[in-house]
Amino acid sequence: MSPRAKTRLEPAKTNPDFIRNFCIIAHIDHGKSTLADRMLQLTGVVDDRSMRAQYLDRMDIERERGITIKSQAVRMPWEVDGQVYALNMIDTPGHVDFTYEVSRSLAACEGAVLLVDAAQGIEAQTLANLYLAMENDLEIIPVLNKIDLPAAQPEKYAEELANLIGGNPEDCLRVSGKTGVGVDALLDKIVATIPNPIGDANAPARAMIFDSVYDSYRGVVTYVRMIDGSLAPRERIQMMSTKAVHELLEIGVSSPEPEPTKGLGVGEVGYLITGVKDVRQSKVGDTVTNAQKPATDALKGYKDPLPMVYSGIYPIDGSDYPNLREALDKLKLSDAALAYEPETSVALGFGFRCGFLGLLHLEIVTERLEREFGLDLIATAPSVVYEVTMDDGKEITVTNPSEFPTGKVKTVLEPIVKATILAPKDYVGVIMELCQGRRGIMIDMQYLGEDRVQLRYTLPLAEIVFDFFDQLKSKTQGYASLDYEEAGLSQGDLVKVDLLLQGEQVDAFSAIVHKDKAYAYGVMITGKLRELIPRQQFEVPIQAAIGSRIIARESIRAMRKDVLAKCYGGDISRKRKLLEKQKEGKKRMKMVGRVEVPQEAFIAALSTDGEKKGEKKGK
Amino acid sequence: MASLPSGDPAPLDGSLPNSVLVGEAERTFHAYLHIPFCRVRCGYCDFNTYTSSELRGVTQNSFLEDLHREIELSKSVIASAGLAERKFSSIFFGGGTPTQLEAKQLAATLGILADSFGIAAGAEITTEANPDNVDLAYFETLSAAGFTRVSLGMQSAVPQVLAVLDRTHNPENVNRAVRAAKQAGLQTSVDLIYGTPGESIAQWRESLEVAISLDVDHISAYSLIVEPGTKLAQQIKNGKVAEPDEDEQADKYELADELLSGGGFEWYEVSNWSKSAATRSTHNLAYWRSNDWWGYGPGAHSHIGGTRWWNVKHPATYSEKIEGGKSPALAREILDDHTRNVERILLELRISEGLNIETVKSLNENSAKPISQFIADGLVDARTALDGRLVLTLKGRLLADSLVRQLIG
Repeated sequence: MSPRAKTRLEPAKTNPDFIRNFCIIAHIDHGKSTLADRMLQLTGVVDDRSMRAQYLDRMDIERERGITIKSQAVRMPWEVDGQVYALNMIDTPGHVDFTYEVSRSLAACEGAVLLVDAAQGIEAQTLANLYLAMENDLEIIPVLNKIDLPAAQPEKYAEELANLIGGNPEDCLRVSGKTGVGVDALLDKIVATIPNPIGDANAPARAMIFDSVYDSYRGVVTYVRMIDGSLAPRERIQMMSTKAVHELLEIGVSSPEPEPTKGLGVGEVGYLITGVKDVRQSKVGDTVTNAQKPATDALKGYKDPLPMVYSGIYPIDGSDYPNLREALDKLKLSDAALAYEPETSVALGFGFRCGFLGLLHLEIVTERLEREFGLDLIATAPSVVYEVTMDDGKEITVTNPSEFPTGKVKTVLEPIVKATILAPKDYVGVIMELCQGRRGIMIDMQYLGEDRVQLRYTLPLAEIVFDFFDQLKSKTQGYASLDYEEAGLSQGDLVKVDLLLQGEQVDAFSAIVHKDKAYAYGVMITGKLRELIPRQQFEVPIQAAIGSRIIARESIRAMRKDVLAKCYGGDISRKRKLLEKQKEGKKRMKMVGRVEVPQEAFIAALSTDGEKKGEKKGK
Repeated sequence: MASLPSGDPAPLDGSLPNSVLVGEAERTFHAYLHIPFCRVRCGYCDFNTYTSSELRGVTQNSFLEDLHREIELSKSVIASAGLAERKFSSIFFGGGTPTQLEAKQLAATLGILADSFGIAAGAEITTEANPDNVDLAYFETLSAAGFTRVSLGMQSAVPQVLAVLDRTHNPENVNRAVRAAKQAGLQTSVDLIYGTPGESIAQWRESLEVAISLDVDHISAYSLIVEPGTKLAQQIKNGKVAEPDEDEQADKYELADELLSGGGFEWYEVSNWSKSAATRSTHNLAYWRSNDWWGYGPGAHSHIGGTRWWNVKHPATYSEKIEGGKSPALAREILDDHTRNVERILLELRISEGLNIETVKSLNENSAKPISQFIADGLVDARTALDGRLVLTLKGRLLADSLVRQLIG
């Protein structure tokens, strides 16, 4: 395919009338990256030879998981009726943990391609992002992808989309990112229906940061959308939230490799490099202006990312602690939402209490720490933030169950979310059962088409962070999808359950749970540990307790025999070597009082998705 | 088959480092001869032994010639190391099945050892024996040649248990063999195995009672170890037989100690009981007391003054080396003081003489803590511990390995 546009509009001098800024909203595996690849090829910005599958997703983890964590922006030329346009495709993260980043990406666009798998229909996360897009007044272009699949049902899902966003089912475009069918028509439609950006070219510069990425060679690369005015190389720029001033070392557009330009004008999308090394200096949502001629009002919508889920991260080998610190410091450069501070656990030694936007964020960070920095880690069970008020009026914020106060507690507030679940109607029963079991309160239930249902619930976040998503997936054979948004705090009847090994409390296993579930939790965790801790020379009682009240009890019988029957001349070297090996293994044991607990027991007892992880490694 | 440990390369001429000379006068010298022949391989066995079809041309006669060559080699290696000439304090023919050889072949080999090094007065000369292929004449030949002791592979008195172990002998043959050995003037010992899949407590009791009634001088009782790669391990993996249960093994060990003590035997090592101090195995005690021994034959291990080495495993490879004028050693290790102390702890804790606490202290300055805990938990005898030696109680013997791990810190 030869590119339709033979020329390109020069950045910094482009008339906003000929600019179209859009994003693609899609569920994880509905083919967004493949469609984006096809657009890059069709517009000629990436030649066929250097085409690398899913060009836009840069990080290894993203490619492996088929999801986008960090968004990017690409400028593509496209010609319609003899006029060349500049199309800026802004790639948005697809996951609920990154809602805020999504909202900033959407704010940089005038239109959105709503991409839906023609064999599966719309999913909850897509719906959530669709709502965000409509709230931002974006022009929505509904598109059904993967029409080449034998299982595709474009008529059915076109109907579903039309019900959701209005309009006729016929307006829904049909494409195949894989074969390229319909992609040129989609590009034409983007030009035809998405409004051009509007801004004041003569006003003081205002550019909105919708992403910032750490690059080890170039420092922080900041992606912006110009709203008013213009920016040029060598200017001094100011971040409006922090008032920090930097020199603009380079400004340019991605096409998709970075191309320095003479600047960026109204409506354009591109990147800035200032030599700053830390993404916290360049925060998503912030407004960039000219330091000499600053704008008076920042663009709306900026907020600091707030961790929703906390987990203790510990090196399995205690001597890796300084390396873990260094790794976190480095990750933080590229991940402004990651929060951490040192913490000590009796059972796990020195580590960090880390705050995350959500569970996926937690998983991605621990995986990056292990993969990119070669660390072996234990992450404790994720917990949320509790606001505890004592009888004496003292208020305590608890991010770690072991900090939960022991005195007279008056109230405990816990974070609540509004969850949206989409699933085929056959699964409504099991989903309702699951949500009710997790203290969920139904808001409403709606049929989206003939056989798909949307359920909305308020649920305590703590009930979701454990294994809710895994349960939901397994109970619905993978058909259900989940999205949630914060919905404030609510008072809960919560207690702390402690775990005692031979009478000694093991902080890593303390959990804050609803009073009605304390017993079940106690039975579960004591039972799990009984299986995981090897027999010792003495009997080991395992107890779960609320305060001083024991609610569950198990015991590990004493080991009676640990001796090699034969130890003659030919056995000695081997026996000694075995002993040396066991001594090495002992280093991986944590002592709780007199009890030797293998690291593996902590990992297995704390991980909510042990099996899932095993599967992944098996592939 | 059990693999050999990994070590450093051994010198082609078998020469020993100077460090073997340190403390030489305090150590006795012993010989082990490995006879790698068996008529059939038993399902639980992972010893270095071969049936005739697996021998790649090695015959009994060619093998004995190779053994003789290694005896000559040992003589010259010891001389060039500067070690004084020492007579053997004990000799042990093991296998395999030494009694696959004719009695006169064993006698001749013993004669070569005696001619080369000499045999100390009162030395213990043992051969292992299969109850199926020995009789009075056989034992009389051995006795006349200087053998003093025979160790019979009895394993069990219960035919079903023997069948699971693939042992072919008739339990009655054990009785006959013991009587013949006694008549020939030999000391007697039988080996028992407990914890064979399917063996009941009652069956184990029966084996113990039969063994005691044989009026032997010495009994060894080993818990069955399922060695990887054996037929038995495969059967357990396939679910054809049940894996031995460790708690039941502990029960059976306690039963053994109870019945053997009642039958006039006294434990002197974790798996060994003897009628009197005089009938304890001098040879095996030499291993546990870190004395010097030369192990002759394929796969045999040797230890002289902190240098350990082991020979190549297959009789055919062994033959090639020996016949090529080279040492049959595959690899060796020269132990430093720390490692020698670790070995002393793991070996001496197993025997009734016990372990000198000073040996532990030289390795682990925090030894007081585990030792006081052992006393509190009844794992070592309190009185001997206060006198400076660690002697295991019955409960402690069952946990010996765990205790060693705690002692070495």
